[in-house]
Amino acid sequence: MKNWIALILLVPGLALAAGSTVPLDDPEIDLNDKASLQRGAKIFMNYCLGCHQMQYQRYQRTFTDLDIPEELGDKYLRFTGEKVSDYITTPMPEEDAGVWFGAPPPDLSLVARVRGPEWLYTYLRTFYVDESKTFGVNNLVFPNVGMPHVLEPLQGTPRKAYDRRLVDGEMVDVYVGLKSDGNGRLNDEEYDLAIKDLVNFLEYTGEPTRLKSESIGSLVLIFLVIFFVFALLLKKEYWRNLK
Amino acid sequence: MAGFLAWIESRIPMMRVANMHAIQYPAPRNMNFWYVFGFLATIVLVNQIVTGIWLTMNFEPSAERAFASVEYIMREVDYGWLIRYMHSTGATAFFVVVYMHMFRGMIYGSYQKPRELLWIFGMLIYLALMAEAFMGYVLPWGQMSYWGAQVIVSLFSAIPVIGPGLVEWIQGDYVISGATLNRFFALHVIALPLVIVILVFLHIIALHEVGSNNPDGVNIKHPKGSLPDSEKTPYKIHEYYTDKYDIADDVVPFFPHIVLKDLVAFSIFLFAFCYIMFFAPELGGKALEHPNFEIANPLKTPEHIFPVWYFTPYYAILKAVPNKLGGVIAMFAAIGFLFAMPWFDRSNVRSWRYRSGLHTTNLIVFAIVFIFLGYLGGTPQEDWKIFASRIATIMYFGFFILLWIYSKNEKTKPVPGRIPL
Repeated sequence: MKNWIALILLVPGLALAAGSTVPLDDPEIDLNDKASLQRGAKIFMNYCLGCHQMQYQRYQRTFTDLDIPEELGDKYLRFTGEKVSDYITTPMPEEDAGVWFGAPPPDLSLVARVRGPEWLYTYLRTFYVDESKTFGVNNLVFPNVGMPHVLEPLQGTPRKAYDRRLVDGEMVDVYVGLKSDGNGRLNDEEYDLAIKDLVNFLEYTGEPTRLKSESIGSLVLIFLVIFFVFALLLKKEYWRNLK
Repeated sequence: MAGFLAWIESRIPMMRVANMHAIQYPAPRNMNFWYVFGFLATIVLVNQIVTGIWLTMNFEPSAERAFASVEYIMREVDYGWLIRYMHSTGATAFFVVVYMHMFRGMIYGSYQKPRELLWIFGMLIYLALMAEAFMGYVLPWGQMSYWGAQVIVSLFSAIPVIGPGLVEWIQGDYVISGATLNRFFALHVIALPLVIVILVFLHIIALHEVGSNNPDGVNIKHPKGSLPDSEKTPYKIHEYYTDKYDIADDVVPFFPHIVLKDLVAFSIFLFAFCYIMFFAPELGGKALEHPNFEIANPLKTPEHIFPVWYFTPYYAILKAVPNKLGGVIAMFAAIGFLFAMPWFDRSNVRSWRYRSGLHTTNLIVFAIVFIFLGYLGGTPQEDWKIFASRIATIMYFGFFILLWIYSKNEKTKPVPGRIPL
C-alpha cells in the first residue's frame, strides 16, 4: 500500500522533470531578507546588466523597496548614466547584441516568473567548460545556451569531474558532478549563497508587489472570517423560524 | 421622501420590478449549496466589468505596447497589480462557478421542461464567456497569448473551402498580429460583454418566468385554486406569481432569506478568491501560465502550448481525434451535445434524488471524465494520454447517448407533490 502511495506521489514529479534531466535545487529564497536582496542587486548590476536589462523596473523603485539609500545606490548600483527615475536598461545596443549572441539577451525583469527560482538557481550553478561551444562553456540545465559564463570570476572555472571506478570488472571514468578549479573569488558555498541572493533579487523584480500583496491579503482574510461569522449568524436568525 | 419615491414610481416602476424580481420572488426553501453559484457568477461578472474598465484606462492594445502596458499596470499604477489580479483571478473563478452552476442544473434536472430555454440561454452565456475569456487571454501579448491564439484560430482552417479565408478574416492579417490584438480588444471590452450582459438578463427573465427548480425537482407553483389557504405561503409574494398560481408554503421570499444565504456562501467564496488572488495569483501556472510572462515572439515556439485550464477538456477532445477536421467537429459537438441536454433526457423526473442508480452513476462518471479530460488537455503530451483521451472522449459522448437510451423507460422513485421538509 505504502509503495502505491509513493508511486502516486512520484508520478507528477516525474512528469515535471521530463523537460530537463537535471534535478532542480531549491534556493529557499526569502523576499523579507533585505540584505540578501541588496547583495543580489549588486551582483545583477555588476555582472548581468552589461547585456541583460530590466526594462520594466526603475532604479528608484528598486532602491525604495530594498531600503537602499539613494546616495549608496547611486555609488554602488547605478553606473550606466541613467537617471534614478529611469528604467534599468543595458547600454548594449540591441542590434549588436543580436549579432554577437545570435539573439538579443532576454529582458530579466520577469525571468523569475517565466523560469521559476529553482530553475534559475540551478542554471547559474551548472555552467561547465566545453571547448566545442562558441563561448567555451555549456550548461546542464540549458544545453547549448548562447551565454558566456560571466560569473566565472566569482565561481572559478567549472569543469565536469570524473572519478575512476571499477565497474563490471573494468576501470571507467564515472561522471560525478561539476567542480570548480578554485580560481574564483568565492568558494563553493559562498558562490551558492551569491547565486541565492541574485535569484532572490530576480524573484523580487518579477513581482515587486509580492510582499505588499501578502500583507494586505492577510488582513483581508481575517476580515472575511469575521464577516463570515456575522453573515452566518444573521442568516440563522432569519431562517430560525420559517413561517 | 415618500412623496418623492411615489413621484418616481409613477414614472418608472422601480419598486415594482424590485419586488417582482427580488424582494417578493418565491424561492424554494430547500435550495442547498448548489444553488449559490448563479448568484456568485453574477458577482464575478460585475467584478470583471468593473476591474476591466479600470484596466482599459492604462492598457494599450498594440503589439508594441500591450505587454509593457500590463507590466506598467502591475508596477506603476497605484494598486494596478490588485486590479489586474482581481480580473485574472476573476476569469478563473468565473469558470469554476459556471461549471458548478451547470453541473447543478444537470443533477437536479433544471434543464427539463419547462426550463429548456433557460438552459439554452445559460449555454449561450457559457459560449460567449469562452470567447470572451479566450480573447482576454490574448491581450497581455505574452508567449502563451500569442501561441494559444495561433492554435485556436488555426482550428478554423480545418473547415473545408472557406477555412483559410475565414482564418485570415478572423486574424485581420496572414498571421496573428497587432491587427488581431486590436480587434480582440474591441470584442473583449465592448462586443462580448454587451452580449453576455444581455444574455444574463434574458437568463434571469426566463428563470423568473418558469420559476426556480430545487434539489427535489418539485413544483412550487400549483394551478390556481388547487391549494387550500392553509397550504399557501404566508409570505408576501408578488402578484405577478400569485395571480397566476397558488404558491405553496414551502417557499421563502428571495429577500431576505435567499440573499442572506447567498451572503454566507459569498463570504466563503470570497475567502477562497482572495486567498488565491493575494497569495497565489498564478495558481501554479494554471491561471497565469509561466510562459506568458515572456513577450510574444512569433519566431520562438514554446515547448508546450496549452489553452488556459477551463478550455483543456475540449482541447483534449480535439487532440483525441487523429484527423484535424474530425477533431474540430468533435470539439464543437462536445459543446453542442450540452446544448441539447433537455432533449437527450427523456425522463420527466428531474432530480437525481428520485432517479435510478444508473443515472446517478452516469452523472458522476461524466463529471470525473470531464475533469480527467481537463487534466489530459492541460499537461504535456505522452503516449498513454492519447489512448486515455480517446477513451475519455468516447465516455464524454457516451454520457449523452446512454442518457437518451435509459431515460425513456427509467425506473424512478415516486416524486412527492410537495417539497419534503
